[in-house]
Amino acid sequence: MKKMNNRERTFMLITVPILALFFCFNTLPLIKGVIYSFTNFKGYGTYDWVGFRNYIDLFQDARVGKSYLFTFKLAVVSTVAVNLISLIMALALNAKIKFKSALRGFYFVPNILGALVVGYIFNYFFTYILPALSRMMGGAGTSILADEKWAWVAIVAVCAWQSIAMNTIIYISGLQTVPEDVYEAGAIDGATGFARFKNLTFPLILPFFTINMVLCMKNFLMVFDQIMALTKGGPAQSTESISYLIYNNGMAGGQFGFQSANAVIFFVVIVVISVLQMNFLGKKEEQL
Amino acid sequence: MKIKVKEKFNWPVTILLILGLITVIFPLYMAVVIAFKQPSEMTNSITGILSLPKSWSLANFSEAMRVTDFWHSLLNSILITVVTVVLSILIHSLLGYAIGRNKGKSKFYNFAYLYVVSGMFVPFAILMMPLVKQTAQMGIANVVGVIILYVVFYMPMNLLLYAGYLKNIPVALEEAAWVDGASTWTTYWKIIFPIMSPMHATVAVLTALGTWNDVMTPLVIMSGSGMNTLPLAQLTFQTQFGTNYNLAFASYLLALLPILIFYLFCQKQILNGVVNGAVK
Repeated sequence: MKKMNNRERTFMLITVPILALFFCFNTLPLIKGVIYSFTNFKGYGTYDWVGFRNYIDLFQDARVGKSYLFTFKLAVVSTVAVNLISLIMALALNAKIKFKSALRGFYFVPNILGALVVGYIFNYFFTYILPALSRMMGGAGTSILADEKWAWVAIVAVCAWQSIAMNTIIYISGLQTVPEDVYEAGAIDGATGFARFKNLTFPLILPFFTINMVLCMKNFLMVFDQIMALTKGGPAQSTESISYLIYNNGMAGGQFGFQSANAVIFFVVIVVISVLQMNFLGKKEEQL
Repeated sequence: MKIKVKEKFNWPVTILLILGLITVIFPLYMAVVIAFKQPSEMTNSITGILSLPKSWSLANFSEAMRVTDFWHSLLNSILITVVTVVLSILIHSLLGYAIGRNKGKSKFYNFAYLYVVSGMFVPFAILMMPLVKQTAQMGIANVVGVIILYVVFYMPMNLLLYAGYLKNIPVALEEAAWVDGASTWTTYWKIIFPIMSPMHATVAVLTALGTWNDVMTPLVIMSGSGMNTLPLAQLTFQTQFGTNYNLAFASYLLALLPILIFYLFCQKQILNGVVNGAVK
């Protein structure tokens, strides 16, 4: 083996310890998680190997199935809603408006606030203000957080309130990369209004659309704080997200092994979705 | 010749945007008025809830501070965030430098790059349970453990940012220093580290926002240590005194205030940081 020179040795001395740290607190627990998923570990005491038992049970467990359905419904609806609204907001905030930087600054505020506290504030809004409003209009005045059918809409609203701020800022920076002469050239061909947006603006900011879709989807699939603050998974487990279920039953519910299996599947699902999304949207970008 | 056109503002859009601000301001307004009221002032009607308080007394705030042990939680949050940010900037930029300078020509560094970056896809949910055991065994189920975990969790994203930024810094800059006999280590701190300061700002903003607002990591790691972070204190508060909304909202406002003040002063840096981080 050839002798390392000074520079190479310095690089090695930097890289190896940091990689070791990363291994210890990321890869090692990941491996341990996979190992636990093949046991009936309760989180304490002794445990036995159970082979693929947890995985087989997982696919027959109604509560787990329900949490996947809920999480996906939440992620897809929120991602679509957030991106649609963010795009409109970005176009508006990028127009020739007065108080531009002040408005942009204000609209970004929801994003810097902690999701848990925001969740608590909205919890109050949905439990007291909204029902009082509906009573004034002659409605029943029940809270939608207590409604099995509609509680998820409240969670979408709170997730969206925070994420729109972030995605709008990214779209604005995308819109600023579109040179003015593209619009001038388009105007000669008669591209105005929606046609201009569809044929000129949108294709040019497609990379930003990709970033937002991937970021949004990933964040919403891992939703936790909002559930914790708004519904704690209720009513009747109708708003239990995957992360919340793993936390709740794995940490306190004595299902350490079983929920580890759930976490492994969840990990695979996130990787597959992210890769698919990037491939699909990446191909679209190439075509343009 | 330059013609100066008087800029025409799009007033309809401006007005719509100003009206739309209600969606941002209303929840905060609600929090403020409730935080200042006494429980006796709260009625079930909307006007009872949303009217201005009779007096702007700070009693709720001092009571909330006492109940949630505000100053200790605040200090913990500041300590965790500041140490995490400083360590991230030092460690991640070094790693970004070592990997960024070598990954083109060395299989090992290229592998190291992909290995760390792919850590981005690992959800906390799968690491959570093993990490609780691991940190307890190592005796770091406390602030120290949380800081180490943050440094590890933000490594993938920050490595991506630093390695990407390094591509635009020519090696020639370092070569000049070698000729003068400086080692790679000194060259890094004297020349490369200062040049990367725009990226340090981005990394600082993203890491700080993430750690400041995070609930899950401190919740599972340091719940047994008797210490709280600011968001965690709200969680404990909710479970213990959840029914006194006036006190609760005073506490929520106190939890939101530090970051709002910070945003007021560093708005431009924060917006730039967020955009840089997402786009690169």
